[in-house]
Amino acid sequence: MVEIPSGSAGAIPAAEVEDVELYHPGSWWTKYVFSQDAKIIAVQYSMTAISIGLVALVLSWLMRLQLAFPGYFAFIDADHYYQFITMHGMIMVIYLLTALFLGGFGNYLIPLMVGARDMVFPYANMLSYWIYLLAVLILVAGFFAPGGPTGAGWTLYPPQSVLSGTPGGKDWGILLMLSSLIVFIIGFTMGGLNYVVTVLQGRARGMTLMRMPLTVWGIFTATVMALLAFPALFVACVMMLFDRVLGTSFFMPAIVEMGTQLQHGGGSPILFQHLFWFFGHPEVYIVALPAFGIVSDLISTHARKNIFGYRMMVWAIVIIGALSFVVWAHHMYVSGMNPAFGFFFATTTLIIAVPTAIKVYNWVLTLWRGDIHLTLPMLFALAFIVTFVNGGLTGLFLGNVVVDVPLSDTMFVVAHFHMVMGVAPILVIFGAIYHWYPKVTGRMLNDVLGHIHFWITFLGAYAIFFPMHYLGLLGVPRRYFEMGETAFVPPSAHTLNIFITVMALLVGAGQMVFLFNLVWSLFRGREAGGNPWRATTLEWQTPQTPPAHGNWGKDLPVVYRWAYDYSVPGAAEDFIPQNVPASDGVTREVSA
Amino acid sequence: MNVILIFLAAIAAIIIWWLSGQRLTSKPWLETGSVQLPDHIGADRRQPPAVKIGLFVFLGVVGAVFSLAVSAYFMRMASADWWGMPVPRLLWVNTAALASSSAALQWARREAGHGRMESLRPALVTGLALAVFFLVGQIQAWRELVSAGYVLADNPANSFFYMLTGLHGLHILGGLAVLAHTTVRAFSTDVAPERLRLSVDLSAIYSHFMLAVWLLLFALFAGWANDFVDLCRTLLT
Repeated sequence: MVEIPSGSAGAIPAAEVEDVELYHPGSWWTKYVFSQDAKIIAVQYSMTAISIGLVALVLSWLMRLQLAFPGYFAFIDADHYYQFITMHGMIMVIYLLTALFLGGFGNYLIPLMVGARDMVFPYANMLSYWIYLLAVLILVAGFFAPGGPTGAGWTLYPPQSVLSGTPGGKDWGILLMLSSLIVFIIGFTMGGLNYVVTVLQGRARGMTLMRMPLTVWGIFTATVMALLAFPALFVACVMMLFDRVLGTSFFMPAIVEMGTQLQHGGGSPILFQHLFWFFGHPEVYIVALPAFGIVSDLISTHARKNIFGYRMMVWAIVIIGALSFVVWAHHMYVSGMNPAFGFFFATTTLIIAVPTAIKVYNWVLTLWRGDIHLTLPMLFALAFIVTFVNGGLTGLFLGNVVVDVPLSDTMFVVAHFHMVMGVAPILVIFGAIYHWYPKVTGRMLNDVLGHIHFWITFLGAYAIFFPMHYLGLLGVPRRYFEMGETAFVPPSAHTLNIFITVMALLVGAGQMVFLFNLVWSLFRGREAGGNPWRATTLEWQTPQTPPAHGNWGKDLPVVYRWAYDYSVPGAAEDFIPQNVPASDGVTREVSA
Repeated sequence: MNVILIFLAAIAAIIIWWLSGQRLTSKPWLETGSVQLPDHIGADRRQPPAVKIGLFVFLGVVGAVFSLAVSAYFMRMASADWWGMPVPRLLWVNTAALASSSAALQWARREAGHGRMESLRPALVTGLALAVFFLVGQIQAWRELVSAGYVLADNPANSFFYMLTGLHGLHILGGLAVLAHTTVRAFSTDVAPERLRLSVDLSAIYSHFMLAVWLLLFALFAGWANDFVDLCRTLLT
């Protein structure tokens, strides 16, 4: 036990930032609607993201209905099918996952976990939410615009995305999509600056970087990545808007559309792909790193054991963040490239598996001989580990050029992607909501409903996506509106498609249990108390639950230890919160 | 994508340098007590204000936007339909104006540092006026090019010129809004000198950054950047 004597490091230094002038809401409107309190903004972000996510969920139902019963539903024609695909993908990846992890959890957890009163720029934080909402509204406007939303696929590859053959290509659809993304990025930048600077400058006394909970590390690193990666999407969107509206040829090659030669010429669609995937691959980790961080905290708390290899976990987060910027072209193997590039990108892709595997080992080793409480957050965390390993392993397949080329346009990719980037982060989001809901509302979520929700979601997700791998190996193509007569796809594939659709409908309906639980528990849930999970991190040590505006009452907390002092030998309790001084906790005998 | 990778390498270097001072090799599970970063011990060392850090992070984002656009410029340039466009003479005047604006703000920064309000005001007004001049000059340059027949959609070189200058102009415009606000405050009497000093400081930093971006873009349009790239290539081979 190394106790840092107060003499050597000086007395506890003054707060890293002076106590800021807190913003004081004057009316109901500025308190709950145009609020500058990060906690309110977090709830606003989360509710908006979940609402638009439900739209995307319904879209996935419609797609699955078409795949299982082609031709049965008259209102789903090919155009609509592509519009559903596009909007489902874009909403889920950007407007749900990114917004919920960074805007929702980031806003709620960063100030509380690092011991700040609020974000450092509350006004910009508020603007960030309202601009995000504007982006969502522009996106939704696509459904009501003439010609409907764009059906270009969520990757929006030109030239097809701005041609009349694609739904929305010559109508409002693509314009609204590009504008919405540009607006989203502007809004996100405002929020992102807040998250980064709050972690850099707003930490409580004693909260060194290496004492931060891994949740904060994950969100912080993901935000830095997002700030550097979203500009690529921004530039790509601006250039495509120029091509579509002003007739430039950044991306548009010479092309004949419906028998007429267009004005464009010489542009490079590959250039768009580079820009898109320069954003697109880091985006995977922008979603994954907060999930990694949150899962680490859930596992440690609910297994009553310190996280195994904390330093390694931090380093792995940073290394994954850095590596994810040099793997983008593995999404472009089938676009054709110099074999040397293919080799380079396959190698970097496989290298990224090393820090990721370290994280998985550390989670498992944290569980080993832990006092595992199978609470709902823990169940979701365990489900995440399994799912992430599954999705990650197929990722190793697809990272190799020779395996990727035959599989790239099949359902295998859909299954891989949904396992690793759909199901896995969503499981973490659910786990995190079950974990932090008591802090946000002061009440516990209902346990029985939660278990029903968990088992439907976990088993159902596997029933949907496991068979999909098999379909992909059979050669069932993705993106096809209907399969028609094919020699290589056996009839059993169709039966399997029906099964998948039924499961998808069930899992989707199962989420209603969750939504009901969220609302019901708000009024009828068991009173949670301040620290129901007996956790060590600062957000559970607030004087009030839910935390009041300003979070900490009169004095800011002082941090004396790391975030994972669980089951310390000799301690009276099996957890010691971060703000408990060394002498109040326990004198530990550690044979070094 | 070389340009953005070089930019990211620079950002990575800054991050590594910063992380290296953060005790990443410490063993937090063995430490309790009031452990602090080494450079936090001295009470005399002041933390930079949060807005300043925020500005630097924002400049990183803006830098990424321009690096990516320039990456796209180089990649698109490799195709056969690219004809360079002439650089209007007016751009030299504009460049001089922007550089002087930056210099004036640097002067304002020094005056604000010494608390000399009476010389701060003319410095700010000069900086503001020159930046406005730059923007008007850029629009005039656009008009000259259009009347000479170099329209936006004719050629990728033109398209990039208008897009990049437009993007840069919008960033200057954003900076101008803040600078105008600062200037107005400098003329009011009830503003705390420290707050004003910080605003002037931030405006000057932003202005220097946008000047640097403009100089790089100008070098790109004038074709020197290509000569430089060719030179590097020759040196490497």
